[in-house]
Amino acid sequence: MNTDISLQLQQQVEQACEQVSPLRIVCGNSKAFYGSMDERMASAETLDVSEHRGVLSYEPTELVITARAGTLLSDIEKLLDDNGQMLPFEPPAYGKTASIGGTIACNLSGPARAWSGAARDFLLGCKIINGRGEILCFGGEVMKNVAGYDVSRLMAGAMGTLGVLLEVSLKVLPKAEMQSTQLFHCSSAEALEKIHAWSQTPLPISASSFHDSTLRLRLSGATKAVKAAINSVGGETLDDAAQYWHALKEQELDFFRPGSPLWRISLASDARSFLPDLAADNDFLYEWGGALRWLKSGVPADSIQQAAAELEGHAVLFRHPQQQTVFQPLSPGLLRIHNNLKRAFDPQNILNPGRLYPEL
Amino acid sequence: MDRDTTNMQKAETIEPWISKTDLIQALQEFIPDESVLYDEEDLKPYECDGLSAYHAMPLIAVLPETIEQVQRILVLCHEHHVAVVARGAGTGLSGGALPHEHGILLSLAKFREIIEINPQRRIARVQPGVRNLAISQAADQYGLYYAPDPSSQIACSIGGNVAENSGGVHCLKYGLTVHNIQQLKIITIEGELLTIGGSGLDSPGYDLLALMTGSEGMLGVIIEITVKLLPKPERAQVLLAAFDDIVKAGEAVGNIIAAGIIPAGLEMMDRLAIRAAEDFVHAGYPLQAEAILLCELDGTNEEVSEHVLQVREVLKHSGAIEVRTAKDEAERLIFWAGRKAAFPAVGRLSPDYYCMDGTIPRRQLPRVLQAIADLSREYELPVANVFHAGDGNLHPLILYDANKPGELERTEEFGGRILELCVEVGGTITGEHGVGMEKINQMCVQFDSPELQQFHAVKAAFDPQGLLNPGKAVPTLHRCAELGAMHVHHGELPFPELERF
Repeated sequence: MNTDISLQLQQQVEQACEQVSPLRIVCGNSKAFYGSMDERMASAETLDVSEHRGVLSYEPTELVITARAGTLLSDIEKLLDDNGQMLPFEPPAYGKTASIGGTIACNLSGPARAWSGAARDFLLGCKIINGRGEILCFGGEVMKNVAGYDVSRLMAGAMGTLGVLLEVSLKVLPKAEMQSTQLFHCSSAEALEKIHAWSQTPLPISASSFHDSTLRLRLSGATKAVKAAINSVGGETLDDAAQYWHALKEQELDFFRPGSPLWRISLASDARSFLPDLAADNDFLYEWGGALRWLKSGVPADSIQQAAAELEGHAVLFRHPQQQTVFQPLSPGLLRIHNNLKRAFDPQNILNPGRLYPEL
Repeated sequence: MDRDTTNMQKAETIEPWISKTDLIQALQEFIPDESVLYDEEDLKPYECDGLSAYHAMPLIAVLPETIEQVQRILVLCHEHHVAVVARGAGTGLSGGALPHEHGILLSLAKFREIIEINPQRRIARVQPGVRNLAISQAADQYGLYYAPDPSSQIACSIGGNVAENSGGVHCLKYGLTVHNIQQLKIITIEGELLTIGGSGLDSPGYDLLALMTGSEGMLGVIIEITVKLLPKPERAQVLLAAFDDIVKAGEAVGNIIAAGIIPAGLEMMDRLAIRAAEDFVHAGYPLQAEAILLCELDGTNEEVSEHVLQVREVLKHSGAIEVRTAKDEAERLIFWAGRKAAFPAVGRLSPDYYCMDGTIPRRQLPRVLQAIADLSREYELPVANVFHAGDGNLHPLILYDANKPGELERTEEFGGRILELCVEVGGTITGEHGVGMEKINQMCVQFDSPELQQFHAVKAAFDPQGLLNPGKAVPTLHRCAELGAMHVHHGELPFPELERF
């Protein structure tokens, strides 16, 4: 599983640039539901990156892995696991075909995000094809690098609208020696109070969730540290904890059963309530110490996004039975910068047009 | 060191469309007279930053104190095509705040307010002129602190830290500035106030927060920063290990990480640096050693105890001739004192020294140190090596005497070759000090012309006229071609489209 099709991909982009015909970038297609697809994308030619795969370098003691974008996320996770290491941002895969390129392009991170960091935090460098068909390298394989603008991180979450990811270099970390998950039955207000109190102390917290009147707190680290932390926080220890966090990350818990629209709301962790008149406590699942809230709600998008904006957060219509993703609208000033950046990387607007915002 | 920068900026000169007198008058309409400086004597303190070799006089220095004033200054500069160089505390080491001789030096020194510390959310909202250390001091009452700690933290400002994406000795575990901020308020060259980031851990659209961090004042003026705070570790412990061979010390670093331990700090010093530090602060460093490692472990009490035992074993197995564990907080501080004083200590050995800042993949350390030693002989200039070993950030200190004719030029050439060596082994020309004016030429070695063009396009997305900090951070293609600091790929010269002189 080691093929380099970068030149072929480059040719296709060059051609599309010349003919000003849009490209729909596809890799594992596990996150096809995420982002919007207007008529431009529906009729666009497919740029299939999935065959561009293979781990190019991995030195466990350097804490860095470099892989081609089409490399399966599961292959990378297996290789790291064999060496006692992991991707610290615990990316959701949403399917067996998930690739590392798609993972970075979407910048989605799992339960550990609030404590370990997001996908973008671990991105050290990348090789891309921009909308002119040029192959460019930014960043590198070292942790500290301030030469030039941080174009690598700009690619994280850009959903392929600024460039086609060819290779990514990621910082990896050792897996924790021990993990334990403690369980508490309480209200959402009590859960927020507890998690904020704990988060101000040096406990080895690595994840938290709250739903169905249950707070779960994951502790990770050296065995003695985790044991001491269990004593200090109390609660009952959850069996099968690894399975629970996996199911949460992959949205396989009952809460995520398809049906109603699923919103992803990112806001200040201590926000007490969100849309209290329109949403019930049970419509929410809290993660990241309260900073991420999943909401099942059929309330119109603008009401939800306005409520998020009032709290200086943002809301994304993440999954919907019929509708496409709706990202929080940008302020006019930020939209102008986004437009300018899009033109700077993709002057003909051929890379995933409209996937992130209709204007881009 | 002394460098007249007039020539260096020639290609990037921005000529204002307004006379100095008219510009002063326009500024005085909304800024008190005492905060608009234009006499040579008043401008003198602003002629350079921490890289004093490079200096230039700005046309005017202005010290606003409100956001609205900054907006109006930028509107004025935008309208009249005046270059603007933003400046924090001026401690930067790459000439990023070097004034533009036809432009305004915009000092943010009066923005010193810590607006809010929110222990629940573990954030601090601060103005750009707040000192790095002041944030941790203010957060201390809540048991929280701000993790990035550049060595200049008592003086450097948080605005400058964001502009440079500053690091420090704890980056391996706690990350750089980019990992520790949540929101920025910036003012564009058009004078528009933009909020980047939000109250949550992520924000919609492109990651402009990352793009702004380390952008060296080229994209906008940072006017407010929300930083993340962390709970103070319960305990920190330091081990000191001595080695009779620097290669063994390098291997020990890899072995610690292979054991699954991420130290809070992992520093290496070579023989010359050890001797200089010992003579200066008497930290009790073993003088017979070729290299020493300082390994700081932090976390909960139990975790630190466990890791100290493990790291001791790893160090011994890696061939350390001596391993000491600081017996108390006082000894921990003594162990660190030598490392923290390494630069001034080396400064005592020689009239001048030049601090380099490259990063390399750690496994390349033996090769790079050997090559530096060879270059040191070739240039007949001694080098002391201080190394953030955990993350591969190397600070070779070249000892020289600026009063000896030609020695500064030799030093700069030597330094340039060290940086090129870093690129050659897969590293970078700057780990944490930034490109600024100092490493603008080495950027031609690090990047090919398409990447540089892409950088210029990014810059133009924010500042199409190129008024913000002109001539810094990203070289023009013309400059790269003219310099002949060529990056030859596959036997072809870069920029074949350009004429050479």
